[in-house]
Amino acid sequence: MSELRPRRYGPRPQTLPGRSRRLAAVVVPPLILGAILTGVWYYASYVWLRGRRRVLLAPPHKVITDGFGDSTHLGEILAAAGRSGDVALRGLIIAILIGLTLATLMSQWRSVERAVWPYMISLQAIPILAMVPVIALLFDTGKTSRIIVCVIFSLFPMVVNALFGLKSADQGHHDLFTLNNASRWTRLTKLLIPGAMPAVFAGLRISASLALIGGIVADFFFGRGQVGLGQMIVRFKSETNSPLTLTAIAVACIFGVIVFLVFSWIERRVVGRWYVSAGRNGP
Amino acid sequence: MAERSDQPAGGGDLALAFHDVGMTFADGTEAVRDVTVDVRRGEFVTIVGPSGCGKSTLLRIAAGLQTHSAGEVVVDRSRIGYVFQDPTLLPWRTVRQNVELLPQLHGMDKATRRRLADEAIATVGLAGFEQHYPKTLSGGMRMRCSLARSLTLRPPLFLFDEPFGAVDEITRERLNDETQQLFQAERFAGLFITHSISEAVYMSTRVLVMSARPGTITRGFTVPFGYPRQPELRFEASFADLCHEISVELREASAGAGR
Repeated sequence: MSELRPRRYGPRPQTLPGRSRRLAAVVVPPLILGAILTGVWYYASYVWLRGRRRVLLAPPHKVITDGFGDSTHLGEILAAAGRSGDVALRGLIIAILIGLTLATLMSQWRSVERAVWPYMISLQAIPILAMVPVIALLFDTGKTSRIIVCVIFSLFPMVVNALFGLKSADQGHHDLFTLNNASRWTRLTKLLIPGAMPAVFAGLRISASLALIGGIVADFFFGRGQVGLGQMIVRFKSETNSPLTLTAIAVACIFGVIVFLVFSWIERRVVGRWYVSAGRNGP
Repeated sequence: MAERSDQPAGGGDLALAFHDVGMTFADGTEAVRDVTVDVRRGEFVTIVGPSGCGKSTLLRIAAGLQTHSAGEVVVDRSRIGYVFQDPTLLPWRTVRQNVELLPQLHGMDKATRRRLADEAIATVGLAGFEQHYPKTLSGGMRMRCSLARSLTLRPPLFLFDEPFGAVDEITRERLNDETQQLFQAERFAGLFITHSISEAVYMSTRVLVMSARPGTITRGFTVPFGYPRQPELRFEASFADLCHEISVELREASAGAGR
């Protein structure tokens, strides 16, 4: 057995002040990963795709100069993104309303839960591709159909998360309400709904992004009617204009990130004061 | 042997009575058998017993959170102070809003709610923390908040389900002291459950020992010390003797489980 060898430990040396160190810790890792991914992109563009095949995947700087730099086309893309966003927002609002109502009813009555559940899962399991012709037949290829696709995309996480939240109240809290003869309504409004808010927001973040994807996918497959991001992508791809295709995709992606951030921000505003999320240390 | 309460001097109205209460769960597990206890106003009765002996079940039966399968329970359930093992605060409510919850559930108006809450908050020493959310409070402060919540309705009967098990020793003794002072001031009836014999002796007028499952009261001890009790009491020989006696009884009662 080895002997004990005590060592003196001083305070940990700090080279940078705490704040900038923390900022660096947040910013540097994604930057490094971003650099690696950009490297892979260049590699794909210049090494894998030789000669004329390079048009299939423009390198990053080409996307910036020929895509984002092309103000006429960028304007078109942004306008299309706006239309897709509008569709997605309407779909999301409908999904939120239906989702929260369903989850509330399911949390209050087991029979409702049992009745609805199999169809929720089926709805989630249906490939949207298979639904597109049916929806187009029933509702044509206009805005209504697009909104329906958004709702189908975003309803499931809304219901699942809200229901999970509504059912996650502690037994102790339930006992407290029982002891004080709380009615079903009081229990719902004073205990279950406030307690479900963190889960509802988790669902909202997912649903919001999915609604956006739903809007783009619907536009992509309907291929007619009001031009959204989906049709833009189809068009640029058929013109084998790789920089513009990638720009449209990047805009869709940035749009999704913004939506995610906005909902995260609202979440922090609403439940951040009291909610301690798992995996985060302290308040 | 079932315990019949020997009435303490000045014992008030009956607040809670168990007559041969038994509880057998649907799966056949017998949690509690032939428990006979009564608690009067101005009495603080503590039940000590091994883990899983059915102490909590007994409290839940008293509060009506659980039905019993044998015997009779006499209690007024319209206003019971129930202090849970966990503080069970609603994390989205501030200290004041948490304390206001019970008056709110009982339909009191805003001004009354506010007044009752502020009084209770002051009583437990949380004044100045009204606007804090539970996540920013220490374990002891959360427990105080929970106590304040149950105080708002001034219930004649308090049921305590091992409320101080999760706080540190110093805080625990301080909370023992404060509960004891509160009990003396309000003369409510208390039924307290704990694992700690010294906590039981320090606060109670009577200590009952419960055996392992099926839980039944094997013996009752009357605590001879008057109120208010001072922390020094814990170091007196008579205090230690009584703790020792109860501890021996508890060990025998727990051993029954192995039979």
